[in-house]
Amino acid sequence: MAILIKGGRVIDPGRVNGPADVLIENGKILAVGPTLVVSAGQAAPAATIIDARGKLVLPGFVDLHVHLREPGFEYKETIQTGTAAAVAGGFTSVCCMPNTSPVNDNQSITEFILDQARAAGNAHVFPIGAITKGSEGKELAEIGELRRAGCVAISDDGLPVINSLVMRRAMEYALAFDLPVIDHCEDLYLSEGGCMNEGLVSTQLGLPGIPAAAEDVMVARNLALAELTGARLHLAHLSTIGSVRMVREAKSRGIRVTAEVCPHHFSLTEEAVRGFNTHAKMNPPLRTWRDVQAVKDGLRDGTIDVIATDHAPHAAQDKQQQFAAAPNGIVGLETALPLTLALVDEGVLSLESAVAKLTSEPARAFGLPKGSLAPGADADVVVVDTEESWEVDPARFRSKSRNTPFAGWKVKGRVRTTLVAGRVVYEGH
Amino acid sequence: MSLKRKDLVSIASLTLDEITLILETADSFKEVSGREIKKVPALRGKTVVNFFFEPSTRTRTSFELAAKRLSADVINFSPSSSSVVKGETLLDTARNIEAMQADIIVLRHPDAGAAETLARGVKSSVINAGDGWHEHPTQALLDLFTIREKKLDFKGLRVAIVGDIAHSRVARSNIYALSKLGAEVRAVGPPTMIPVYLDRLGAQVYYDLDKALQGVNVIMMLRLQLERQGRALFPSIREYSRLYELTADRVRLAESGALVMHPGPINRGVEIAPEVADSFSSVILDQVANGVAVRMAVLYLLSGTNA
Repeated sequence: MAILIKGGRVIDPGRVNGPADVLIENGKILAVGPTLVVSAGQAAPAATIIDARGKLVLPGFVDLHVHLREPGFEYKETIQTGTAAAVAGGFTSVCCMPNTSPVNDNQSITEFILDQARAAGNAHVFPIGAITKGSEGKELAEIGELRRAGCVAISDDGLPVINSLVMRRAMEYALAFDLPVIDHCEDLYLSEGGCMNEGLVSTQLGLPGIPAAAEDVMVARNLALAELTGARLHLAHLSTIGSVRMVREAKSRGIRVTAEVCPHHFSLTEEAVRGFNTHAKMNPPLRTWRDVQAVKDGLRDGTIDVIATDHAPHAAQDKQQQFAAAPNGIVGLETALPLTLALVDEGVLSLESAVAKLTSEPARAFGLPKGSLAPGADADVVVVDTEESWEVDPARFRSKSRNTPFAGWKVKGRVRTTLVAGRVVYEGH
Repeated sequence: MSLKRKDLVSIASLTLDEITLILETADSFKEVSGREIKKVPALRGKTVVNFFFEPSTRTRTSFELAAKRLSADVINFSPSSSSVVKGETLLDTARNIEAMQADIIVLRHPDAGAAETLARGVKSSVINAGDGWHEHPTQALLDLFTIREKKLDFKGLRVAIVGDIAHSRVARSNIYALSKLGAEVRAVGPPTMIPVYLDRLGAQVYYDLDKALQGVNVIMMLRLQLERQGRALFPSIREYSRLYELTADRVRLAESGALVMHPGPINRGVEIAPEVADSFSSVILDQVANGVAVRMAVLYLLSGTNA
């Protein structure tokens, strides 16, 4: 069964950037080039044509940081609804964090997640296993087993690995499996009790604050350990000017580190919390405009390799509490594309660079065979209309949850069609 | 005559006109508390619910007295004896109260923003009786009332607020209120208790109490929350007192006739010397009396919108 995506502008970062057609057969990219024709010699039914005129044709996006909540928190999201939200947002591959219940620190949970993902038939799911048993930060999880079961990285996300010796051992141990080690950089002593950025707004609102230093000290520690061990370090959701500065310096010395930023950290500041808006509550928190500027600079100069969503669904009743009691996090799969394209409009990134941050760069960071439209690659493709203006309406999300600060925003850039393994899994209207 | 708003959740959101209206209304209600029969029918038939998640004798009693003197029906609802312990959320409990046709809910809660969150979720009027470190609007209003009663003019008045500013809703509300009225506010305390960027809220920061008191007309002492010891905020009560206790000697450093204020409850010998608390300069008990009048004013002015 062949599919021909015709007439669009293909951006396959580093390979193609211009008008081209994409021919798909048997779930793989067969060819990419101008004016492709399904040759008469193919013994197959006539190809399905997808009209991509005026649109971009991109590799399906790869999200390195997603919370699918299953097993344990199915009332917030399931693997089925989370991956449906993913493809609606253009993401054909997602890496899911292990802070489920039970924590994904063993083969059975990893296999369960993979089974559920296969059954859902939406985006590919690449599980991230825990660094420590139960993510308690004490004993290493059976990382070899997690690798064999299908995990592509390890993290205790939600939590940092606070004990530096344990983190050192985890980095060393992971070398044997060539696994990236991801840390959620937060010094829990400095951040204790905090629920937003420590700054002018937290002082005005009387809310306990998390200083930027809480992230910076752990970024510094992790970079030092990466240098010591030679491990593949990946820094989750960077949010501060200090973090970006240190990663830039470390990279200049050849330290093996990759870094991600979430769209909310380049689109919003701590001002969004005013009125005690729990949809602006996440960890790390929204920071100041200087930090926003710094992460944009980091994206521009390559210090920050990847845009990831940290999609964190929460039920309405959980978020409708007083600020301190509300859980951290917002959904992000279905708003990432237009927020990223806004960076192109602002001149922070070229279009190809922006696409790379969502595709080839995340794939490279975790060694995933995704994020590319090279012949032979899996036919995970997204067709995007960069011109379409629309209003973010959480009621129309495919996700089970609606916790977003972007409700009502007028944005530009929308997913039209998403294909996974050569099958259309999402079609926008 | 009424405030054209449903709720009173913060001083920061009040205009100068609204503050003036409340203070002037409180003038007439103060007179009621001096009568033989301390009652007016202004809120007869209305239901006021005190919804207190934190222990409080004086504020709750003050609101209860205020509501009763206005002839309202008063219910006291405290979570230790209620469904919140069973897991019901703030909003659900409040909606149940509202279903019983409560006109005004007075909320005290340990979390900043609780009053605002509640106000958005219920049709009843909500009065913030203290939400975490954020605000305690009626305290600031009664402090303003007391100063006005004794001093009359706010412009150019120098007020020192001393103590654990970072964790004090009384400090925040007073900084907002006094700045709005043109007073000069000095925030005094150890650096660990001064929140970042406080100067941008309109207060000058001092670590040295003796220096801070020079030229000051009003000294507002905050209670040292002894339970905060052991959190690395201050080394000992002994050192704290040595540096920040308002002694008689220190009162003499301020302008003559300076007022000594304290929201209560006081820790004698910790942040305020006993002889100062009981002295002629201390208006602490006036604050309590004025609290009832100011709360009567607030209850009265908010109920107007529900009429």
